[in-house]
Amino acid sequence: MQSQELTAFARHLRLRVLNMVSQAKSSHIGGNYSIAELIAVLYGTILRVDPSNPHWKNRDRFILSKGHACAILYAALAEKGFFSPDLLDTFYQNGSLLIGHVSHHVPGVEISTGSLGHGLPIGVGMALDGKRSHSPYRVFVLMSDGECDTGTVWEAALFAHHHHLDNLTVIVDYNKIQSLDRVQKTLDLEPFVDKWRAFGWQVHEIDGHDIEEIQSALLQLPIINGFPSCIIAHTIKGKGVSFMENEVLWHYRSPQGEEFDAALQELQSI
Amino acid sequence: MRTAFINTLLEAAKQDERIMLVVGDLGFGVTASFANELPGQYVNAGIAEQNMIGLAVGLALSGKIVFTYSIANFPTIRCLEQIRNDVCYHNANVKIVSIGGGLSYGSLGMSHHAVEDLAIMRILPHMTVIAPGDPVETALATQAAIKHPGPVYLRLGRANEPVVHQKTFNFQIGRAIPVCTGKDATLIVTGGLLQEAVLAAQVLKTNGIEVGVISMPTLKPLDVEAVLAVSQRTDRIFTLEEHSILGGLGGAVAEILLESGIRLKCFKRLGLKDAYTTVAGEQTYLKEVHGLDSQSIARVIEAVVKQGEK
Repeated sequence: MQSQELTAFARHLRLRVLNMVSQAKSSHIGGNYSIAELIAVLYGTILRVDPSNPHWKNRDRFILSKGHACAILYAALAEKGFFSPDLLDTFYQNGSLLIGHVSHHVPGVEISTGSLGHGLPIGVGMALDGKRSHSPYRVFVLMSDGECDTGTVWEAALFAHHHHLDNLTVIVDYNKIQSLDRVQKTLDLEPFVDKWRAFGWQVHEIDGHDIEEIQSALLQLPIINGFPSCIIAHTIKGKGVSFMENEVLWHYRSPQGEEFDAALQELQSI
Repeated sequence: MRTAFINTLLEAAKQDERIMLVVGDLGFGVTASFANELPGQYVNAGIAEQNMIGLAVGLALSGKIVFTYSIANFPTIRCLEQIRNDVCYHNANVKIVSIGGGLSYGSLGMSHHAVEDLAIMRILPHMTVIAPGDPVETALATQAAIKHPGPVYLRLGRANEPVVHQKTFNFQIGRAIPVCTGKDATLIVTGGLLQEAVLAAQVLKTNGIEVGVISMPTLKPLDVEAVLAVSQRTDRIFTLEEHSILGGLGGAVAEILLESGIRLKCFKRLGLKDAYTTVAGEQTYLKEVHGLDSQSIARVIEAVVKQGEK
């Protein structure tokens, strides 16, 4: 996909998510929107996956460790052809496969998450196996910034460096807002880049909404051979809908009525 | 038991390169042989049990048969959510091995006593729970765990436990192993107290009381048939475990018996009271403190049987 197509893909994903969370009256639209471009680039050009064979042995492994942002992943997988887009209408509904935290029972989803801090340790195990078995696949773990409060992230970070897992890439959605408040006011992560470097990772900071910056970063992996890579993506929670952007409220609030209409109009007018 | 475990695992791993051993920086003098002989199938995850379980899941979902290894509660309760969400929900081929089941690490204190683990592991869907009774059962259980697809919790003692089984027998996950029969009562035992159970039965025999002993290495899936069959033969049933009396073998057997509608003269759980051990002491000493030595067990059973005769 070209840049313009990827931009359109991200916009399409946002529209899908708007419909899904509004219909479901579910939370987490802000954290879905902050990763729209990241997901669009990953599934548009980066990940080597085969929708007709989701368990293909040499597929790249993508773990959405911030499992509450599942709506946009489901939308991307449907768009890629892992399953029918019709299924998206069942998000959150009684009996649906599309649970409100990402589910591995959905075709194309590698790992179920929901409790934060679980994705990276599993990714580390997959990357270790890839190294030891000389497999060509790569492992990507997309995490939230608030998730970096958990100790397991840093247990896994130690391990990945010690075992030279350069087939492993962490992408942090650094939107600087967590559940109840801003990251800085909750448990400040700064100096964030230095922390990852101190744990032995190679770090690249990007604008997480700039398609070309994302592409360029993800096309040049590992950043340095022999080291795990960390892409810190500076993002805006709720990106794409002006009244949601950078607002703590939209971690939980679900757009209904006039808010839905306004969001729809804004996304369609881009 | 740990020697039987590691020797069995090492031999199997030499034949099957999918078998991996992931330790949590524990296993001094035990795991070195494996690490030296099969370095490509060995990982020391460090003192980071949650990551240990997560990475074991990553390896397992890539096709490996992964044994995690640590002591007491470190490989279970400390990383319980990883076991629940990552191992069990994904039905990952991870075998969790804990050395030091029950009060094995006596004087090291409550942090090193694994006495709630069976109950906690038992309630997780997809999880198979095995607590072998002696080194023979341990070797057979290890082989069975390798062949069993999906999560297994293997709860072992320490070193130098006596061999209880003198006769060969068929080991199957989910099957009880009859040790001896007796008409007056049946003692169903899991884990390292098997030896105490057999000794208690011998003591009682000299006092004219015949007690059958059934070794129940698999807590889950429980051998329901064996429990029901025993309840047809004897109407006094005792369960014995080096574990809280809440939720372990006693709880599992009670669930089956009560739901079956069978009326017994006596059903009694022998295990640890719902309390912490706050004194130092060797395993042998602590077993006496908690009434889990053969003499104490025999006394309890004898009192019940004689009570019934009055």
